[in-house]
Amino acid sequence: MSDNLLEIRGLQVAFDGFRALDGVDLTVGAGELRFLIGPNGAGKTTLIDVITGLTRPTAGSVRFGGQELVGRREHQIVRLGVGRTFQTSVVFEELTVLENLDLAASFRRPLWSLLRSRRGVPETVDKALETTGLTALAGSRAGVLSHGQRQWLEIGMLIAQEPRLLLLDEPVAGMAQDERARTGELLTQVARDHTVIVVEHDMEFLRRYASQVTVLHEGRVLTEGSVEQVRADPRVQEIYLGRAREGAEDAVR
Amino acid sequence: MTAFQDSQPAIEAPPPDPAAPAPAEPSVTGGPSVTGGPSVTGGPGRRARLAGPAAFAAVAVVMLVVMPLALEPFRLGLLAKYLCYAIVALGIGLAWGKGGMLTLGQGVFFGLGGYAMGMYLKLHDAGGDLPDFMVWSGVEKLPALWGPFGNPAFALAMVVVLPVVMALLLGALVFRQRVRGAYFAILTQALAAALVILLVGQQGLTGGTNGLTNFFDFFGQDLAADSTQRGLYLVVALVLGVLYLAAWQLVRSRFGRLLVAVRDGEDRVRFLGYDPATVKTLTFAISAGMAGIAGALFVPVVGIISPALLGVVPSLELVVAVAVGGRYALAGAVLGAVVMGYAKTYFSEELPEAWLYLQGALFILVMTLAPKGLAGVAAALRHVRTSRRAAA
Amino acid sequence: MEGVLNQLPIGLSIGAVLLLIALGLTFTFGQMGVINMAHGEFIMAGAYTTYLLQGVGFLVALPAAFVVAGLMGLVLEWVLIRRFYGRPLDTLLLTWGVSLILQQLARDLFGAPNVQVLSPEWLRGGIGILPYNRLFIMALAVLSVVAIWAYQHRTAQGRRMRAVMQNRRLAATSGINTGRVDRLTFFIGSGLAGVAGVALTLIGPVGPALGTYYIVDAFLVVVAGGLGRLRGAVLAALGLGLLNSYAEFWTNASLAKVMVFVVIIGFLQLRPQGLFVLRTRALT
Repeated sequence: MSDNLLEIRGLQVAFDGFRALDGVDLTVGAGELRFLIGPNGAGKTTLIDVITGLTRPTAGSVRFGGQELVGRREHQIVRLGVGRTFQTSVVFEELTVLENLDLAASFRRPLWSLLRSRRGVPETVDKALETTGLTALAGSRAGVLSHGQRQWLEIGMLIAQEPRLLLLDEPVAGMAQDERARTGELLTQVARDHTVIVVEHDMEFLRRYASQVTVLHEGRVLTEGSVEQVRADPRVQEIYLGRAREGAEDAVR
Repeated sequence: MTAFQDSQPAIEAPPPDPAAPAPAEPSVTGGPSVTGGPSVTGGPGRRARLAGPAAFAAVAVVMLVVMPLALEPFRLGLLAKYLCYAIVALGIGLAWGKGGMLTLGQGVFFGLGGYAMGMYLKLHDAGGDLPDFMVWSGVEKLPALWGPFGNPAFALAMVVVLPVVMALLLGALVFRQRVRGAYFAILTQALAAALVILLVGQQGLTGGTNGLTNFFDFFGQDLAADSTQRGLYLVVALVLGVLYLAAWQLVRSRFGRLLVAVRDGEDRVRFLGYDPATVKTLTFAISAGMAGIAGALFVPVVGIISPALLGVVPSLELVVAVAVGGRYALAGAVLGAVVMGYAKTYFSEELPEAWLYLQGALFILVMTLAPKGLAGVAAALRHVRTSRRAAA
Repeated sequence: MEGVLNQLPIGLSIGAVLLLIALGLTFTFGQMGVINMAHGEFIMAGAYTTYLLQGVGFLVALPAAFVVAGLMGLVLEWVLIRRFYGRPLDTLLLTWGVSLILQQLARDLFGAPNVQVLSPEWLRGGIGILPYNRLFIMALAVLSVVAIWAYQHRTAQGRRMRAVMQNRRLAATSGINTGRVDRLTFFIGSGLAGVAGVALTLIGPVGPALGTYYIVDAFLVVVAGGLGRLRGAVLAALGLGLLNSYAEFWTNASLAKVMVFVVIIGFLQLRPQGLFVLRTRALT
């Protein structure tokens, strides 16, 4: 066994004839921080959806730590140690920040033990509060959080679950500048002791925080490499120029 | 596609449960020291924490001591009947209010519990002969299905086992396939409709439209005696109290938080590593068990169990009672059942023609003006009062 | 054997009635997420319209019932339901309140006992095992489906309806007046329930609770057929109609409904979202 945590081979997904993924191969090693970029419709989110069991592939395999993920139900995949966030953050607004985190952290407890009242706070929750900087808001209902704080709470809920692989889907979309910086720091911190895959559109963010990048295009892996290598690749310049004129400059510079 | 997602509030947050005697989490009133542990309950928190148990104790004293002394036997019997409905409502509050599962078929579980009890009482009264209605329908031999219900322990067990097993089965089949929201509501309603037709059709087995009635003896007590009825009232009130506390503990536990999370974001819960289907199925089964117990208590209290008491309409009426009382609060659900019970008795005696209009108009008004029901109105009033006091 | 064959027109005509009822439900459900419990009372309204128009001519009753029931639906949507979009379970209870009121109203207007509508002369008799009245009901359903299909696919208004059903927000931002489309959908759907009411006068008596006998089954058609799908509704309605009548024939009436319920639950294990699904890429 190599120390590859995630091995994706020949992954295909078709929606009513439309090929969202068309033979994707991707390998992510343990401890890596991998960025996944590509123009709209390249299949980034679909790839995440397949890994986490939300979408069934038409062909191909996703092996995680030597185990096949395809065919398992979402919550089983989470229990194997794969956590994810969504583009539109979903936290439980009725519950407090602390309860959100506690709920995430309790997922390995047997169901009957959940019937007891909570006494104290698990260590993982405390750590997640600290990491995300939400300690002061622990008692507030999640419904009152700002957009940025919700994303951090979601990431915090992930960390509280101590997953082996984190999948973040556009964590800085819709964030203000200072929130992006905070998120970037958080990401760096999380990546120190986790394997992380980040789907991101934001090129500025990519340039500052990415090291290894995989470029998806029309359901295939176009290229892989360091940020510099990828930016220098004429094919990458081509798809960004051809697809979206504005921002293309940014993308390749 | 949001078309058939549950209507539970994503934007509008329901009020905190006014029934909860203590703040469910100590952190609400605490400052930054929150993560330190459960010990954070300052001055204002203590009052809030004691208000609930105090209210519960007060209500318990009124129900267990004052009411039996103050009410004449007939009125006490009526109250006992409404408290039976309140037990069903408690289950609906749990499943619908907390778990977002709108169940329109609680009458089914109520009926299973009721018939299990009724069958035992019938066999006991018959004392080895055939129950009276079977003789009238020309049945000559006791049906095999009835046999074991002659044993009181078996019958009492079935009161809970039948509804729970049925709910587990239905829940497992339906929730696992992610059938939810309105679809689930429709299915439960169809089940209620089907059960009524089945019961009516099997005259010799179930007593048909008349159901099971004419009971005389309840575990050695004469059902016609006032003392028996008073005792039954106390039993019903006690059972309601105990189940209420159990439901309350469930709601404030981690499981309760999980249930609310499933209500508000079932798909998100799945990505936290929980199987929402399990959470929903269990809760649905608990609410079914409560309805079964209620049905079993209803039989000696009211003296009958029949298809008309458990079909589509009675099931819906109870859901509406919960809505009127306030679905997000367990106390609201209980209160709603009692209030609607009294209203129905009063108006259908005084103004029988107007009752259906009134009932219909009431739902429309509650749904339009106070979707959180009486509990919501009470919470809003309390909020106004406290903020006025704070301003002063 | 003859009994088995005799059951066929009965099953098909019940299916046809269920279809007429379910069409309205599946569109209001699919397009607006509204569970209209008062839909059954539109059937009743259609049936009483026929009752009142006896002597004027049966064929007059059809458009009249459509308009009466349609207007009732339109008013209901306009006055109440549109305030409840996005809260399907609340609408369900709300419209049940409306349904109670309408039933009591019918009791006050027409009396609690059932009334009988005399079938027109030309619908009595039949060819072989096919009674004319049941054939007429089937023809009515076929015509309605064709008309709905043509409306949805061949008229601008109908295309707007499909657009709103598939993506309300996008439709709204493309300049479609979704409120208008909703009202129109409600008018047509409720009107079809009225037509179903006319059909029901041919096979049974009319009473204030007429709608309640069919509404639960019609909802099951929606569940089994898939939301907002014409094809699904047609197949599910026919299937349910036949299943109902044959289950009654082979077992007995009291077991039939339980069997139907079990079959539906079993079916949902294979197709949890019904026969046909409107596919979208969005997460729930």
